[in-house]
Amino acid sequence: MSKILMIIDGKEVEANDDMTILEAAQSTGIVIPTLCHHEKLEPYGGCRICTVEVESNGRTKLVAACVYPAEHNLTVRTRSEKIDRIRKMVLQLLLSHAPDSEQLHDLAMEYGADKNRFEKEASFCIHCGLCVRYCNEIKKKDAVGFINRGARREISFIPEVASRECWNCKECFPLCPTAALQAAYVFTEALAASNPPFETESD
Amino acid sequence: MPRINSPAELEEIRKELLSQRDPDKRTITLCSGSACHATGSRLVAESIEEEIKKQGLIDQVDIRKTGCHGFCERGPIIVIHPDEICYLQIKPEDVPEIISETIKENRIIERLLYTDPATEEEIIHEHEIPFYKNQQRLLFGANITIDPKSIEDYLAIGGYSALVKVLFEMNPEQVLEEIKKSNLRGRGGGGFPAGIKWEGSRNAPDDKKYVIVNADEGDPGAYMDRSLLEGNPHSVLEGLAIGAYTIGAEEGYIYVRQEYPLAVENIGIAIRQAEEYGFLGDNILGSGFNFKVIVHQGAGAFVCGESSALMTALEGRAGEPRPKYIRSNIKGLWEKPTVLNNVETWANVPLIINNGADWFTQYGTEKSKGTKIFSLVGKINNTGLVEVAMGMTLRDIIFKIGGGIPGGKEFKAVQTGGPSGGCLPGDSLDLKVGFDELTQAGSMMGSGGMIIMDEDTCMVDVARYFLNFLTDESCGKCVPCREGVKQMLKILTNITQGKGKEGDIELLEELAEVAREGALCALGQTAPNPFISTLKYFKDEYEAHIKEKKCPALYCKELIEYYIDPEKCRACMICLKQCPADAIIGEKKKIHIIDQEKCTKCNTCFEVCPSRFSAVKKISGEPVPPPISEEERIITRGSN
Repeated sequence: MSKILMIIDGKEVEANDDMTILEAAQSTGIVIPTLCHHEKLEPYGGCRICTVEVESNGRTKLVAACVYPAEHNLTVRTRSEKIDRIRKMVLQLLLSHAPDSEQLHDLAMEYGADKNRFEKEASFCIHCGLCVRYCNEIKKKDAVGFINRGARREISFIPEVASRECWNCKECFPLCPTAALQAAYVFTEALAASNPPFETESD
Repeated sequence: MPRINSPAELEEIRKELLSQRDPDKRTITLCSGSACHATGSRLVAESIEEEIKKQGLIDQVDIRKTGCHGFCERGPIIVIHPDEICYLQIKPEDVPEIISETIKENRIIERLLYTDPATEEEIIHEHEIPFYKNQQRLLFGANITIDPKSIEDYLAIGGYSALVKVLFEMNPEQVLEEIKKSNLRGRGGGGFPAGIKWEGSRNAPDDKKYVIVNADEGDPGAYMDRSLLEGNPHSVLEGLAIGAYTIGAEEGYIYVRQEYPLAVENIGIAIRQAEEYGFLGDNILGSGFNFKVIVHQGAGAFVCGESSALMTALEGRAGEPRPKYIRSNIKGLWEKPTVLNNVETWANVPLIINNGADWFTQYGTEKSKGTKIFSLVGKINNTGLVEVAMGMTLRDIIFKIGGGIPGGKEFKAVQTGGPSGGCLPGDSLDLKVGFDELTQAGSMMGSGGMIIMDEDTCMVDVARYFLNFLTDESCGKCVPCREGVKQMLKILTNITQGKGKEGDIELLEELAEVAREGALCALGQTAPNPFISTLKYFKDEYEAHIKEKKCPALYCKELIEYYIDPEKCRACMICLKQCPADAIIGEKKKIHIIDQEKCTKCNTCFEVCPSRFSAVKKISGEPVPPPISEEERIITRGSN
């Protein structure tokens, strides 16, 4: 690990070469919005709200700050017209799922996102994967996972594992950015659907 | 077969093989690729074997089941060597005649020959058929002469001599220089220079490195990789082994779709044979180089053709792309330097080594060298696989090789580059095909799909179709693709259903920008292309759908109505009887009319109305004329 220098929003930032742009920015107090990021979890790069502009070898491109490695002499801009446009659209797309999420509301105010831009969707999951990844990486239980793909993708508790592991844990509930209830709801639904009813651990 | 331990032993065996083969012996080659399989080539093969036995010719005739010949429109194809007599669309019942007439009596059966529609001339030799004549079949040429299940056939045409050359006459740096000099670019879609990719892996400090064949071909209508892997699997293995030697890998993977059973079978056989002969395994041909190849069957997700998703799937996890800010040739499979190239790219490698980079670069344009295999499908007379030198114009490919548009219809657009490619209009027909040329025109080379569209194709619906495919195939990990492309599909579907509104095009453009700039992988970044390119060249069609509720191609069901022209209707009762919705009112000698309330727009009346009448019409963007009066509907003898 060695020290490198980079420019973020015109400010010279000293960072470690094993950091991501997001970590380098955070270390100096520069805020880049995130939704699917969690410091305890492997970077995911799913929500794209942390999109920033980097300039490297004379070329400018948009990258996800949470996964892009910090590089020596890298120039990063965390706000621009284009970045704001992308963040605004990402928020509008997510607000069609979770119009009442506080975290999304705050960001929507900042980026001028209209929560009614798109028709409301049936599921309020925004697929940040925090619950899934937390259960896999930290708890190593895999009681909740993704099923299906694309627009039909959903989070789902695996009843056989969830009935055994989740009652005494529920650590993923507060991670959910749409509402703490989101994970709880899907969890309850999974258990209710399983037959015969699962035993609860009473002692 | 004993293991071959040195180049000298290989040449010995090759000589022996060739001495056993009489080039003048009658050989019937039969296309046995997947497309001909579907048109019955297996039954033809059985009847050839049977008939040869029956007519007592077993010692005089060889039968060889080859890979795809490319002219799939006219399969099953047989070619009789050494005269190269080519018969098309063979049925089992043609076989006895072929054996007794052509094989025994040297008489040509004219009705089985290809007739040039332009000159009405019958063509005997396969290579003289216009479909083949204008191609440059460097990669595909061997497909029609060898049995892909026979390593002896591959050796007989000089197979594995490029591997011998690199192992015994060249060091890895020299191989790398040759590949770089050839400017071979990735045939899978990106067009990234293979030599630069290889160099990155070669220079990476890790001990363990990998090479991968990407055979997860998933574009609708594309099957060039499939046909190469089915028809000439050893050429791919040889290229892969050369790549492994160059970068210092001892392990290679072939990621092939499970839906390609014949490709899986043939590559499996090829690997076993190559291991037996000592072209794979430890101490290859006594050179000290070790290399093994493992086949991995994909489970059917389109996104796994994307390199990082493919590698994730190979590692045993869900096939989702991961950010590629560090290239996979530096940190790929299991975080090790990995060179992943497409089937066609690997198959080019032995050719370049054998003939030299200078030979290779004589084909193609300034920046796109060599040839490219395209699958020509859609509204085209000669459906099939074609291999042409880069730089041929779209017009030559579509009209000279493809034989133009069937049914006397007008050419409207060609969609190149797979679902994330683009549609190019008639104005672009003189464009020379090449990686950069196609990209500049707003489409891309992709893996070489070419879908031809005629005047009856609605371009808004084409965009909707491809976005539907991509929405279905998105992995769902990132928002711009999962949510954004889904919204694009919703809007496009609405437009094709007459529910388009002011501002839709602008919103589509906004969503397209977010996907292009913000999505995680190439699938999402290129997903808006079908919309962007159709908007660029066919904006009037979008506007007609939105503003006039009109589908100019008369394709979108919700925007058209069927109408029987009373001037042309002869009250023949055909449409009336065939209408599944009982929506046609009429009787003998009474001009038919359509009850619009009942009509389900199934198109049956349009199809069955005799062409000499052509009374049924599709109308879009304007009201259907009111029905004529009862009296006027009566057809009296001599009237009209």
